[in-house]
Amino acid sequence: MGTVQILIAGFGGQGVLFAGKFIAYKALLEGKQLSWLPSYGPEMRGGTANCSVIVSDDPVGSPIVSNPDVLMVMNLPSLDKYENAAVKDAKIFVDSTLIERKVARTDVDTFYIPATQMANEAGISTLANMIMVGKVIRETGVVSYDNIVDALKKVVSAKHANLLDVNLKALEMGYNYDK
Amino acid sequence: MADKVLMKGNEAIAEAAILAGCRHYFGYPITPQTEIAAYMAKRMPKIGGTFLQAESEVAAINMVYGTSSAGYRVMTSSSSPGMSLKSEGLSYLAGSDLPALVVNVQRGGPGLGGIQPSQSDYFQATRGGGHGDYHMIVLAPASVQEMADLTITGFELADKYRVTAMILADGTMGQMMEPVELSADSVKTFDKPWAVTGTKMQRKHNIINSLSLVPEELEQQNFARYERYKTIEENEARCETFMMDDAEYCVVAFGIAARVSKNAVIAAREKGIKAGLIRPITLWPFPKKTLLDAADKAKAFISVELSMGQMIEDVELAIRCQRPVMLCNRAGGMIPTPEQVLAKIEEAAGGKM
Amino acid sequence: MIVFDKPKSLTDTPLHYCPGCTHGIIHRLVAQAIDDLGIEGRTIGVAPVGCAVMAYNYFACDMVEAAHGRAPAVATGLKRANPDNIVFTYQGDGDLASIGMAETVHSATRNENITVIFVNNAIYGMTGGQMAPTSLPGQVTQTSPYGRDVKTVGYPIRVCELLSTLDGPEFIARVAVNNVKNINNARKIIKKAFENQINNKGFSIVEVISTCPTNWGMTPEKALEWVDEKMIPYYPLGVYKDRSAEIQAKEDK
Repeated sequence: MGTVQILIAGFGGQGVLFAGKFIAYKALLEGKQLSWLPSYGPEMRGGTANCSVIVSDDPVGSPIVSNPDVLMVMNLPSLDKYENAAVKDAKIFVDSTLIERKVARTDVDTFYIPATQMANEAGISTLANMIMVGKVIRETGVVSYDNIVDALKKVVSAKHANLLDVNLKALEMGYNYDK
Repeated sequence: MADKVLMKGNEAIAEAAILAGCRHYFGYPITPQTEIAAYMAKRMPKIGGTFLQAESEVAAINMVYGTSSAGYRVMTSSSSPGMSLKSEGLSYLAGSDLPALVVNVQRGGPGLGGIQPSQSDYFQATRGGGHGDYHMIVLAPASVQEMADLTITGFELADKYRVTAMILADGTMGQMMEPVELSADSVKTFDKPWAVTGTKMQRKHNIINSLSLVPEELEQQNFARYERYKTIEENEARCETFMMDDAEYCVVAFGIAARVSKNAVIAAREKGIKAGLIRPITLWPFPKKTLLDAADKAKAFISVELSMGQMIEDVELAIRCQRPVMLCNRAGGMIPTPEQVLAKIEEAAGGKM
Repeated sequence: MIVFDKPKSLTDTPLHYCPGCTHGIIHRLVAQAIDDLGIEGRTIGVAPVGCAVMAYNYFACDMVEAAHGRAPAVATGLKRANPDNIVFTYQGDGDLASIGMAETVHSATRNENITVIFVNNAIYGMTGGQMAPTSLPGQVTQTSPYGRDVKTVGYPIRVCELLSTLDGPEFIARVAVNNVKNINNARKIIKKAFENQINNKGFSIVEVISTCPTNWGMTPEKALEWVDEKMIPYYPLGVYKDRSAEIQAKEDK
C-alpha cells in the first residue's frame, strides 16, 4: 500500500485527535510504520484542531501532512482550509451534518456522511468522529477492520471501558454506511 | 524485547529517564513540553521518586544542582524562554562539573515568541547558554524512539564525563506519537566518589563548588575541563548519513528538519539529482569529520533549519568553507516543506548560488 | 582548664572575615550545634554568594556552593535526594531576601525539611557595602549615599514576620549575637532549628542579626551597640513561629 497520508480536522472537542490516535494504534497492531502529529496550543480549546497521521510500509519521513491522500473534515473551516491541499485522487470525507456545501474539486473522491446526525439519533452524540473513521477504513483500507476492538482497547482507557461498546457501534455505523 | 507502544515524544523522554534510573524531576510549566512534567507527576510518587513543581525555572535548575551534588540522576525540562532562565544554573553545573539531563523542547523566539516548533536555540545550546567557557553535550532526536534512546544516552554521557547533557528537541518531536520500544537492559551507571552524601566521619569533606578566586587555579580548571571536552569531541560525535555515498548535494539537518529533508532527498534522487543527507545526532560535539569527508565529493551543502540560520555556521566551519553552503529555513514556528527543500536542492544542482 | 575549644565540625582553615564581623561567632554556633547533635557525618551545608561564600572551606561536613540566592533550591534538591542527610543553608540578606526571595518563600511554604541560617547585617558586605533589602530607613550605603529613602526605594523587609504569615514553615526565630546573653540564646535556637530537621518537623529558619563594622563605617564595639540601638528595634528578637510548641500548648490546655 506504500504510504498513506491522512489529515483529520475539525473543532476542538469533536475528537479529531482521538480519531487519529485510533487509526495510529490500529496501524501499530498491524505492524505498520506510522506517525501521529497533533496541532497543539490554545487553538485546541474551542478553535480548530487537526492531526496528521501517516501509515506506511516504510519508515516515515516528515510526520507533517500538508498534502493528504485522505482528508476527513468535521467542520466548514477545515474543508475550506484543506480542500485544495489534498492530492489529486484524494479521498475526502465530509461530515455532511455540519458542512452544508459540497466539495468543489472534481479530481477527488468524495464521501458525505451525516455523522453528527447519525450519532445524535443513535444516542451517541460525542462519537460522530468514530462514525467517520468507520467510513474512512471502509473506503481507504488504510488499516484493516479485523480485530478492530483490539485497537479500541488501546485508546479507550480501562477507566472508561464502558465506552468500548459505543465506540464499536459508531465504527460499525460508519463502516456500514452505504450512501 | 519489549513490545512497541505508541507514545508522544515528551512521554518517551519521561519514561526513558525513569528507565535510566532518574528518580528526581524538577520543573516549571511551559508549552510545549508539559507532558514531561505531567508524566513525572503521575509516575514518580509511585516509584519512590521526586516530582516537584518548582517556583521558577531558576529554582528548578538549582534543585537539579542539589540532587546532582548528592550523586543522583536528575533532570529538568523546559522550552525556550524557560531555558534562558535556566542558563545561570547550566553555567554553575558546568563550573562544578556536575552531571545532569536537561530537555529543551524548543518553540519560536526571541522573547516570549510563540509555541510552535523551532530550532532557534541552537546557538544557545551548542555554545553553552550561560556565562563562561563550557559546553554541554547536545543531543538532537529526530524520532520518538530517539527521544527515548538519547535520553538514556544523555544520562550515561553526563555521568561519564561529568557534564550536562541536553536533549534539544522541538514542539513537533515532543507532541508527535510514534511506535517506540523501551528497555532498561543496557543502562550504564557510574561511581560518584565526589558526591556530597555526608562524610560519615570516614573521609575529608567533599565540596561541590564553582568558585575559584585564584586565576592560576581557575585557568587550570578550565584547561582540565577542556581536555575532557576534547575527549568528548573525539569519541562522542554522532550522525546519521542517508544516501551520502555518491552525494553531490549534501543536505544537513537535524530533528524535524531532517525528517522533512529526507523526503526531499528521496524526491531529488527520483529526479536524478545526487542528493544526500547528513543528520547530526550530536550538535555538540558537531560531527565535523563526517562533513569534512563529504566535502570531497559534494559540490554544495544545504543547511535546513527552523531558525534564521544558526547551524549553518558550524557546517561552514566543519567543511572549512571549501564548498558553498546554502540556507533553507523557516522561522518563528514555521516548518519547511519537503517541496521547499527540494527546490533548494534543485537550485544548488542548477548552479544558482 | 580549657579556655577555648574549637568545634570539631569547623576545619582549621583561618576565617577570612573582617575584624569585628560576627560571621565567625555564627559559624561557631552552627558548628557547635552540629557537634552537640553528633550529626557532622551526615550533614551537608550549602554556602551562599556573599560574605559567607567560602563557608565551604570552614565547615568540615560535606559542602555545596550555590548560585546567588539559590541555596534553598539546592538544599531542596539535596534533601529530596537523601532525606537522611541534615541539610542547612547559610545565607546573607541580599542572598536570601533579595535575589533569592522566591526560593526562600517557596521552600518555607513547602515546609522543606531544611535548616536556614539567615545572617542579616543590613548591607551587602562582599561587594563593598551596597544597600540591602534589610538596610534601615535612612541608612547610608554606597548605593544609598544620602540614606535609604523609603519614598523611592521602599522599606526594609522583615523576613521573619513575612514568613510567619505562611502556614507552611515549622519554626521561625530571630536572634542576635551582639552580647553574651544574646549569643547564649542564639546557640539554643540554632540547635533547635537543627533538632527540628532531625525530628522531621520541617522548615526552620533562624535570622541572626549580625554586624558589618567595615561597611557600616564603625568600630566593632560601636557596631555591636548599633545592633542594640537601631537594628533590634526594627527587627525585634524572638520566636515568631513554633508549630510544634503551639500544638503542644493546645494539647496541654
